[in-house]
Amino acid sequence: MKLVACVKRVPDTASPVRPAADGRSIDLGGVSFVLNPYDEYAVEECLRIKDARGGEVTVLSASGADASKELRHCLAMGADRAVLVKDAAVDRDARSTAALLAAALKGMPFDIAFFGRQAVDHDNAQVGLIVATLLGLPAVAEVSQVEVGSGAVTVRREAEGGIEVHEVPLPCVLTAQKGLNEPRYASLKGIMKAKKMQIEEMALEIPDSLLDVLRMEPPPPRPQGRVVGEGAAAVPALVRLLRDEAKVL
Amino acid sequence: MGDYRGVDFYGLDDLLTEEQRMVRDTVRDFVSAEVVPIIAGHARDGTFPLELVPKLAELGVLGPTLPEEYGGAALDDVCYGLICQELERGDSALRSFASVHSSLAMHAIFAFGSEEQKRRWLPRMARGEKIGCFGLTEPDHGSDPAGMSTRATRIDGGHSLHGSKMWITNGTIADVAVVWAQAESGVRGFLVEKGMKGFSAPEMKGKLSLRASVTSELVMEDVEVPEGNLLPGAKGLGAALACLNQARFGIAWGSVGAAQACFEEALAYQRTRVQFGKPLAGFQLNQAKFADMLTEITKAQLLCHRLGSLKSAGKAAHAQISLAKRNNARMALDVARTCRTMLGANGILDEYHSMRHAANLEAVYTYEGTHEIHTLILGAAVTGIEAFR
Ligand SMILES: Cc1cc2nc3c(=O)[nH]c(=O)nc-3n(C[C@H](O)[C@H](O)[C@H](O)COP(=O)(O)OP(=O)(O)OC[C@H]3O[C@@H](n4cnc5c(N)ncnc54)[C@H](O)[C@@H]3O)c2cc1C
Repeated sequence: MKLVACVKRVPDTASPVRPAADGRSIDLGGVSFVLNPYDEYAVEECLRIKDARGGEVTVLSASGADASKELRHCLAMGADRAVLVKDAAVDRDARSTAALLAAALKGMPFDIAFFGRQAVDHDNAQVGLIVATLLGLPAVAEVSQVEVGSGAVTVRREAEGGIEVHEVPLPCVLTAQKGLNEPRYASLKGIMKAKKMQIEEMALEIPDSLLDVLRMEPPPPRPQGRVVGEGAAAVPALVRLLRDEAKVL
Repeated sequence: MGDYRGVDFYGLDDLLTEEQRMVRDTVRDFVSAEVVPIIAGHARDGTFPLELVPKLAELGVLGPTLPEEYGGAALDDVCYGLICQELERGDSALRSFASVHSSLAMHAIFAFGSEEQKRRWLPRMARGEKIGCFGLTEPDHGSDPAGMSTRATRIDGGHSLHGSKMWITNGTIADVAVVWAQAESGVRGFLVEKGMKGFSAPEMKGKLSLRASVTSELVMEDVEVPEGNLLPGAKGLGAALACLNQARFGIAWGSVGAAQACFEEALAYQRTRVQFGKPLAGFQLNQAKFADMLTEITKAQLLCHRLGSLKSAGKAAHAQISLAKRNNARMALDVARTCRTMLGANGILDEYHSMRHAANLEAVYTYEGTHEIHTLILGAAVTGIEAFR
């Protein structure tokens, strides 16, 4: 099977995130970058499918920044190929990112294009589904289980109050929910192997971003919590405050 | 993954290649997820986390510097140092396991074994299917192993080994013991296998340090060791000492990992614990402790990096390795004790890590050449006069 995992380099959520001096971007000082955690599930799932059924796993990233570390991490996990679409912009909106990735995917035949359900930077949760739309392919978002049959996959996704089961013909687009699998560690041998592999670069026509960021501001500081008492004795006061002040009861 | 970032005040990450950083980060994440949550329980129970061995093997940290044909990952010396640093950030017991298995047992077989011995043992040891130990120290011969009393007598088809070893890390769980014994031709190394007649490896109990590590006696009552189990290249005590140099290099790095773990713990604690109306970290006495520890950790890191470059270039003299082992083990012990004080009463609970690290580092201070013996090695290097006897 031909499997493509689309991956993104994102700020580590443990890093401090502050607006930069221009007020329109993120201050990159002190920010470290990692592979988007949801994409790691996507890569792992592709590797598992390959381990079970054979095939080839390609990781694909569109990035204006140097995403070679993140792509090499995927190679060290066991991916066979890494393709980097060089972008002119460091950051762009979901629609134009999807256009770029869809253009790249047109040039590489695949059975499944796997995405993370969202990137933890903008948290849009759109790119995978827009790519599917642009390519005219079926898609299921936030899958929590994947079973590959012949010519189709059966996937499960958790929905409110139950589980949806979908059978999707190949080729298709899937996005990975947290907990789809437990991503493997890159082995040290894998790291050494990845070191010797080439990251293929692809130059494509760069679409314009459709979205302009006008301003970025930190959220207002959260008001201090209030302790109304301890144990069962606090219940009457709590109920009163929830009813009279918070008006949620 | 984990929130642990380590201490890098001097931007030493810039000295690392991308692969070295990846190796470090991979082992770091592994330790955060797999070791930190379980290690206190093992230390409390006095058990080694055997369940981690297959995972360590899969990760590739067993014999990582060996060529791929023997199951290694052909990593460089700095990568090996970084692995030790991260493992010991979890617990010195884990790094001790890896040091002894990789740097002492596997290295002895790789450097001094026959091709057949290498093919038989190394790939299986790299996969964690076979565990190794290294028996040099004896009940009556610690710092002065040259006087060892374990004897290897020639018999038909091999040697008969008689004597006992003590303080042997991994002894009870090992499938193969690299045992050093006095033969007619001088000190030689033998591969003594689990189950050989007359060989037993009872575990030593009652340790207050490295409680999550197995430490054993090796008892050899006329064990018949076939010729094929004699390490052909290991002639004289120098061979054993060459293995120790590999391991000491790893200890120099490992100690820094333990020190960083304690530093991070004390810092996190003192930032949030409030006394006299402000966080403990806001008091000058505590800041002086942090400033001193940060300085010492940074100096120790610089020693490691330079020693790593020397070793990669094949230029690390054994006295240079001694200097780093001596300094860094003591530094880490001091840092761990200081951090313990900074946690107050909580510092004596095994829910926190500093006291366990401090207790562990007491053994690290003593094994692989005691602090005093390394002092004498440096003394001899400086003055040209040996003061051992
Ligand atoms: C947990 C643990 C694991 C170990 N694992 C292994 C292992 O896997 N394999 C192995 O072979 N060994 C192992 N050892 C043994 C270790 O290497 C020895 O304990 C060490 O070499 C010191 O020997 P000793 O304990 O007999 O102390 P001694 O040599 O008796 O020394 C006692 C004290 O006297 C000092 N001293 C000794 N000689 C001199 C001198 N000339 N001048 C000044 N001071 C001196 C020492 O520094 C020390 O302070 C381990 C030890 C421990 C604690």
